Amino acid sequence: MSTGNTFLVLSAFLASAVEMVEALTIVLAAGLARGWRSALAGLGAATVALAIAVAALGPALTVIPLQALRLVVGALLLVFGLQWLRKAILRASGYKALHDEDAIFARELAEARGAGKDERAGVDWYGFTLAFKGVLLEGLEVVFIVLTFGSAQGSIPLAAAGAAGALVLVAGVGIAVRAPLARVPENAMKFAVGLMLTTFGIFWAAEGAGADWPGGDASLLGVLGFVVLSSLVLVRLLRRERRLQLRTAEMRA
Amino acid sequence: MSRLAAFGRFWWDFVIGDDWLVAVLVAAAIGATAIVAAASVAAWWLLPLAVLLVLWVSLRRAIRSA
Repeated sequence: MSTGNTFLVLSAFLASAVEMVEALTIVLAAGLARGWRSALAGLGAATVALAIAVAALGPALTVIPLQALRLVVGALLLVFGLQWLRKAILRASGYKALHDEDAIFARELAEARGAGKDERAGVDWYGFTLAFKGVLLEGLEVVFIVLTFGSAQGSIPLAAAGAAGALVLVAGVGIAVRAPLARVPENAMKFAVGLMLTTFGIFWAAEGAGADWPGGDASLLGVLGFVVLSSLVLVRLLRRERRLQLRTAEMRA
Repeated sequence: MSRLAAFGRFWWDFVIGDDWLVAVLVAAAIGATAIVAAASVAAWWLLPLAVLLVLWVSLRRAIRSA
């Protein structure tokens, strides 16, 4: 498998796993608080909606000329990836609270238990909409990543295989433990996804703009190394700055 | 109209996110890459450096507004 395709599968797998862990937390909260029938109905309806989005957009993307597609996809991934990376760096340096799946689960569960009863078409409406919205919103990010990565690299099936692998793993573990996957190193995974998205974004946007990478696909490794190194340096700088800020605040208090 | 606005807002939040300046600077950097590449000069180095600068600017803005 080429460097580009290996990165493609790995990125689709990681990004999908992160989103699926978050979707699982919401479905579990809906199921435990409002009953499994409504939660699974919401999960099923959202899955159908996502499948329709993939079926409609997937073939449409394959008819766009590759250079134009890489320019648009690269620019989108770059903006999208920088959002992930910025949040990950802020979390790693202490400027933003770490993502806590247990706390999110407890909050969703409390809200779901406190909501009033409203039954429509035989299902609990709150549980249905909670699971539907959660899976749809997290799933849209998976669809976006799979379609953009897959089409720009010329292989939507490979990207879909990475996402399917994540689905099997997260769903399997979720069914086995029936609890939010708090032990998953989610913050580290989000950092990795931000690095991957930004790397692919730089690579494809530059190609789409007419630049030639020395070494072709193999230069993806160089871009990844540059993004990783730069991000780690930024984390280090900001962490030191944060520590100084806290120390100064302590001394003043 | 409010549904249309909500739809637009969703996609804005989804793609652009918290800092619109990132999108503007990325678009400018890609434009600069295209101009340099069109002049038959090696342009591959421009975008990685620009991204590092954009990330730094965006992080400073996030920290200032926190």
